[in-house]
Amino acid sequence: MPYVTLIDAIKMAMDEELARDPRVFITGEDEGERGGVFRATQGLHAKFGSDRLVDSPLAELSIVAVGIGAALADLRPICEIQFADFIHPAFNQIVNEAAKMYYRSGGQWSVPLVIRAPYGGGIGGALYHSQSVEAFFAHVPGLKVVIPSTPYDAKGLLKSAVRDPNPVLFFEPKKGYRAIKGDVPEAEYTVPIGPARVARAGRDLSAFAYGMMAHYTSIAAEKVAREDGLDVEVIDLRTLLPVDKAAILASVRKTGKALVVHEDNFTLGYGAEVAAIIADEGFPYLDGPVKRLAGPDIPAMPYSHPMQEFFMPNPDKIADAMRELAGY
Amino acid sequence: MLTRTLARPSAGLSPEILLDMFWTMLLSRRLDERAWVLHRQGKIAFHISGMGHEAAQVGSAFAINRGVDFVHPYYRDLALMLALGLTPQDFMFSLFGKAGVLNGLGRQMPSHFGDHSRNIISGSSPVATQVPQAAGLAFAIVYKQKLGLIDPADTTQPRLALTSLGEGSTSQGEWHEGLNWAGVHKLPFICLVENNLYAISVPMDEQMAVSNVADRAAAYGLVGVVVDGNDVLAVYDVMKEATDRAYNGGGPTLVEAKTYRPVPHSSDDDDRSYRSREEVEAWKKKDPILRFQKFLMDETILTQAALDAYEARAKAAVDQAQAAAESAPDPAPEDALGAVYAPSSD
Repeated sequence: MPYVTLIDAIKMAMDEELARDPRVFITGEDEGERGGVFRATQGLHAKFGSDRLVDSPLAELSIVAVGIGAALADLRPICEIQFADFIHPAFNQIVNEAAKMYYRSGGQWSVPLVIRAPYGGGIGGALYHSQSVEAFFAHVPGLKVVIPSTPYDAKGLLKSAVRDPNPVLFFEPKKGYRAIKGDVPEAEYTVPIGPARVARAGRDLSAFAYGMMAHYTSIAAEKVAREDGLDVEVIDLRTLLPVDKAAILASVRKTGKALVVHEDNFTLGYGAEVAAIIADEGFPYLDGPVKRLAGPDIPAMPYSHPMQEFFMPNPDKIADAMRELAGY
Repeated sequence: MLTRTLARPSAGLSPEILLDMFWTMLLSRRLDERAWVLHRQGKIAFHISGMGHEAAQVGSAFAINRGVDFVHPYYRDLALMLALGLTPQDFMFSLFGKAGVLNGLGRQMPSHFGDHSRNIISGSSPVATQVPQAAGLAFAIVYKQKLGLIDPADTTQPRLALTSLGEGSTSQGEWHEGLNWAGVHKLPFICLVENNLYAISVPMDEQMAVSNVADRAAAYGLVGVVVDGNDVLAVYDVMKEATDRAYNGGGPTLVEAKTYRPVPHSSDDDDRSYRSREEVEAWKKKDPILRFQKFLMDETILTQAALDAYEARAKAAVDQAQAAAESAPDPAPEDALGAVYAPSSD
């Protein structure tokens, strides 16, 4: 079985979907011969040609809007936004248009669109190549928001996203593009959008995370198991919208303690919703406060390395947060 | 930048089609007038009018493959919608917020049209969002043709995307980006700008530095055409050229129809605060329906008796539509909850 990187798994998904369904095409900046600035589509242009791999103008709003139009016409566009930090010009089209089209037409018009973008920091990208934007979109009914943390999930979830008749935002943790590796079958498979994944079963504490933080949280869980005898259950949320409430509550019911980890800003990040769900519907199970370990409430991730590392959660910080909550 | 062809396409239109155009314009006007009355009576909450725009819209509609070609309109396009087959009853349902096909089961504000069966995309309120989406629709047409998924000669398939908006909305970045895509990819895309000289209260010279929106077409690689938007046959001629250009791989066109809005922007606007009654009255004399009526009577295609019959028929249609909408049940409150996500097929 191939042992591949996260970015290669993403490319495998796109390769297979392009081959499977002629309605699938890819557009975005540098998606043609260049193969994407992260090489996510490298080789696909040579294989499928410029009808299927379409270089777009440098204009995120219309990358998405043209994708919406093509999706309305029954194609299956995969639109790449080069960095999630640049998705904001497309916010109007994503939130006012893609998310609301099916609803406002009473179910007549649907938008089977995938928007994929690398997100997150830790790669020296500074203020505008490191942002987490998932909270803005997980707030919008009509959208789906997916963030894989493993190559297996990345391929399976992206294939599901392409086949989903709804607009799906697919955010890829760029720090993990080449750093996260895993087994990915070449055979056909999908991972359903919606259910979270129990990355590590445990009894003492539930740690909820996604993206690079799911990877780090798993490392931290092994660390505290070895060093402190703490048995942490790690839940990789994978799909942020729709929310897998059942998985969240089932885990807290087991452990009684909940920690959410994300690199996005603390206030009103996705962790706030997880915490609210647990406080509302998991209250009887709780044996301690619901804690969130997140990026600080500053406008963005600084360039200078010490400041970048101050911003980013990492396995040591996560382990400390686990120990502190476990000791409550 | 007026275009003239030696043989005007409209010269080939039969009297039946000309009368159908007239009827559509007249019906739109009478329906529109009734909506204003209903609002002043307190029976409906909101109306945004297409009065004055009937020639620009009907002339355009009759040039395309109605009900098949993609249309991504805006909120003033009542006459365009009627020409495409939506009914007075559909419109009345949307005014009264009843669950109709046209208004997304009561979710949409009035005049936010959409009909999948006629390839009319359901619209929104943020202006110009439809323009780059229309480029995407046109892109999909070319894509499917190139991949052999559809036959370019198949007239049961959409072969172009027509989108419309007011001149004010062309200030949005969406408009720029949509035209850019259309020009770069030489798409079967027509952008109809219904220039009525005002964006609510903002006059054209505060909206743009050029005198014609169509002057900007060349910047995007589009053919740009200015037309008298109150001359339904002149609009038809220009649109017919644009549609033939689109069908035959000649690329996109920007059609600017010069017209006027003799009523306020919407039922929430009062135009007395920003323009004179003299100006409005002067434009009312150039009314597109009266103008076409005079033409048809001069050509003895329309008689007074036939006109009277049309008026009676319009009144009956509007009355019936209003009665049907008023007596239709309101949507159930919980109907707000459905159809958020399209179901997967597996």
